[in-house]
Amino acid sequence: MDFLVVQLLTGLASASSLFLIAAGLTVIFGVTRVVNFSHGSLFMLGAYIGWTILIRLPRDPLWFAAGVLGAALAVGALGAALEAVLLRRLYRAPELFQLLATFGVLLIVQDLTLLIWGADDLTLPRPPWLRAFVRVGAERFPLYDLILIAIGPMVLGLLWLLLRRTRFGILLRAATENRQMVAALGVNQKALFSAVFTLGSALAGLGGALALPDASANLQIDLGVIVEAFVVVVVGGMGSLPGAYLAALLIGVSQSFGIVLFPRITLVLVFAVMAVVLALRPQGLLGSEATSTAETTRASRPVRPASRAARLAGGLALCLALAAPLLLGPYPLSVATEAMIAVLFAASLHFTMGPGGMPSFGHAAWFGIGAYAAALLARQTMGMGLVLAPLFAGTVAAGFGWFVVRLSGVYLAMLTLAFAQIVWAAASQLVDLTGGDNGILGVRATGWVAAPSVFYWLALALCLGGAMALRRVLFAPFGYALRAARDAPLRAEAIGLDAQALRLVAFTISGATAGLAGSVFAYAKGSVFPTYIGIGKSVDALLMVLLGGVETMAGPVVGAIAYTGLFDALLLITDLWRLVLGMAIVALVLAFPDGIAGRAGRR
Amino acid sequence: MSLLVAERLEKSFGETRAVAGVSFSLDAGEMLALIGPNGAGKSTCFNMLNGQLHPDSGRVLLAGRDISRLSPRHMSRLGVGRSFQLAATFTSMTVRENVQMALIAQSGEVWRFVRPARALHVAEADALLALVGMADQAERAASVLAYGDLKRLELAMALAGTPRLLLMDEPTAGMAPVDRTALMALVRRIARARGVAVLFTEHDMDAVFSTADRILVLDQGHLIAEGDAAAIRADPRVRAVYLGEA
Ligand SMILES: Nc1ncnc2c1ncn2[C@@H]1O[C@H](COP(=O)(O)OP(=O)(O)OP(=O)(O)O)[C@@H](O)[C@H]1O
Ligand SMILES: [Mg+2]
Repeated sequence: MDFLVVQLLTGLASASSLFLIAAGLTVIFGVTRVVNFSHGSLFMLGAYIGWTILIRLPRDPLWFAAGVLGAALAVGALGAALEAVLLRRLYRAPELFQLLATFGVLLIVQDLTLLIWGADDLTLPRPPWLRAFVRVGAERFPLYDLILIAIGPMVLGLLWLLLRRTRFGILLRAATENRQMVAALGVNQKALFSAVFTLGSALAGLGGALALPDASANLQIDLGVIVEAFVVVVVGGMGSLPGAYLAALLIGVSQSFGIVLFPRITLVLVFAVMAVVLALRPQGLLGSEATSTAETTRASRPVRPASRAARLAGGLALCLALAAPLLLGPYPLSVATEAMIAVLFAASLHFTMGPGGMPSFGHAAWFGIGAYAAALLARQTMGMGLVLAPLFAGTVAAGFGWFVVRLSGVYLAMLTLAFAQIVWAAASQLVDLTGGDNGILGVRATGWVAAPSVFYWLALALCLGGAMALRRVLFAPFGYALRAARDAPLRAEAIGLDAQALRLVAFTISGATAGLAGSVFAYAKGSVFPTYIGIGKSVDALLMVLLGGVETMAGPVVGAIAYTGLFDALLLITDLWRLVLGMAIVALVLAFPDGIAGRAGRR
Repeated sequence: MSLLVAERLEKSFGETRAVAGVSFSLDAGEMLALIGPNGAGKSTCFNMLNGQLHPDSGRVLLAGRDISRLSPRHMSRLGVGRSFQLAATFTSMTVRENVQMALIAQSGEVWRFVRPARALHVAEADALLALVGMADQAERAASVLAYGDLKRLELAMALAGTPRLLLMDEPTAGMAPVDRTALMALVRRIARARGVAVLFTEHDMDAVFSTADRILVLDQGHLIAEGDAAAIRADPRVRAVYLGEA
């Protein structure tokens, strides 16, 4: 009994932390409609700045409170700067580009933090008041966590007062509900947006500083925290503060009990909660329902089969690729193999994202599932690995796709991201099966395929063959129907197309082909690691597709080759690849909102 | 027996009673116009007839069968075609491909993964485009069409499904007056020749009076008059609603 109470209290404490980070995210989204990936970075900066301040202050509760507030204010100021420099330019950009650009910011902040504070985890010394406990029957519960439990509802209450009782709050709510109206009323939208962004950032900073005593300032928090915050915001309903608190409670408490029941797979539990909520209420617990029978149309050009010149270029490139083992040494040959794998991986994402209209932010899940399945099956035979791994990835994608095809836009991106994180967590936590962070080594091509040049040709056949098959499908009736359902959903239904079924099959095909790319990659590298499933890998694929242009069928091929080349070059030049890549992403999004090969406007 | 029967259709959005107990019937080959001021509930009626919205109460019968709970997809298989008030076409395709897509869906060839779609139903698609006067634009991108041409394309796509019932929400919006009457005359010829029942809404009264066999007048969700052109012109309640308009 006492144990249950302590577990419940633990859940409430983590709910408070979750709420602090999710509150800022949801308020910002409600008003500006920007999904801000770098919110996790602001939280992380809250922790680092909090550490820098608190380490210099006397160690009593009052100074602690002052230091934490100081950190919140500092992060608020940083957020304001970020809004002025970058986000202001993204308000009208498609959601996916906002996610990408703010992910670029996350990368930049990571390297800058590393440069300023170093790679070590930073912890606070714990004075007696931070080590104090209260007794709960036979159990003990940290006093500080009790304070945290109180802070969540307090912040919710203060925000509620701010929203209901002040002019700023009224404007803010009006802007959340109807953006055009506020603009029409002549409210200074720019000022409102920066104020909201500052507020949201300060909340993230507050959360980061408050988390210090229980944890440390380290370079991993940004991603960890943002994924959980996304889940909370989506479950609560995007833009809804009370929803975010409810969702934080739901997830915090189910996590604290889940850790007792299934210690290794708490993230799976979080995902399960989200899946159930979204299946029952796609708009989240307290999100407002978006009912519209209006048609969404967007201007774009017809997709045409490749021109003569493009075919010729493609044929030439293919001949070169075929001859590569005769011309290249081992290292360039392995780079060429990676580029081909990248082509298939990018083509599989393009399949769902372009013609399918489903922007996935977690495409690495299928790549990783394929890679791990191949590695585990490699203990049997290679042939089995290459055949069964894609089938397995496709099957999982079909099951998960059931949820995905019911959502769209940000919700879809978030759900796919969350799923990829679950798979990633499973890969790094199920040590007995996957070897955890040490991965699985010794995945080797065997028999007659073992010769490097033979393996290269096999990889070429599978990857380019796979990409060409995907392309073929897109020009077949199925591909047309898929695009029809994306272009004009109501019209598609009215001529008898089953949009959800089309999307589900597309998602499955895409998952299976990404799985094929992953399994070839496993053999090419000889090993698999959880990083194959990380957000970084998903973003790689997104960048390749966007580089090439979403609206063109050749885009992913060009994008994959360009990206692999540039990235390898970057790694050779500098250690600060995150900084450079982040800045490149931001610049790319600002300069070419439609990708390099994509010409037609998407909005 | 009438092809389409609507029985006491009801639909509310929150406090707004968009459609309030509307009943009517429509025969094969007949042109029925549904008119009324903005916000009268015309589009809502249409959406209930093709399954996009389900009525709060009341029934829709197609050839005697209750279809009021079916999805738009289902209804299209039963021969219900429609055009939208805001033209909806596939913007990433050419004009011909739009019609080909409708023909592919109609002939159940969607789940094919190998042979190119562009080679399918070319002649049929061109014939439909010629019928609506779009033959010379077959290769153009649907995304660059003038609004009136989009409406023509929608008609061709709806006809590709060989419908028994055609629902047209403002089929001539965005066209010049001459083109309007011409297009509606074409629809009327098709309706007569193929025995298609047509229900349409239209703000241009000349087009309505010259093409409709019968007219329904809707105001704030209620059916306030029904009859042929002469009867509707003379109806005092209609004149009150349309004061200065007709
Ligand atoms: N999805 C919806 N949600 C809420 N209210 C709606 C919705 N669709 C229609 N309405 C309301 O129902 C009423 C009828 O609308 P409807 O679109 O059917 O009118 P209409 O006769 O087609 O008008 P118009 O000539 O302008 O096209 C209007 O008051 C409208 O605001
Ligand atoms: Mg209407």
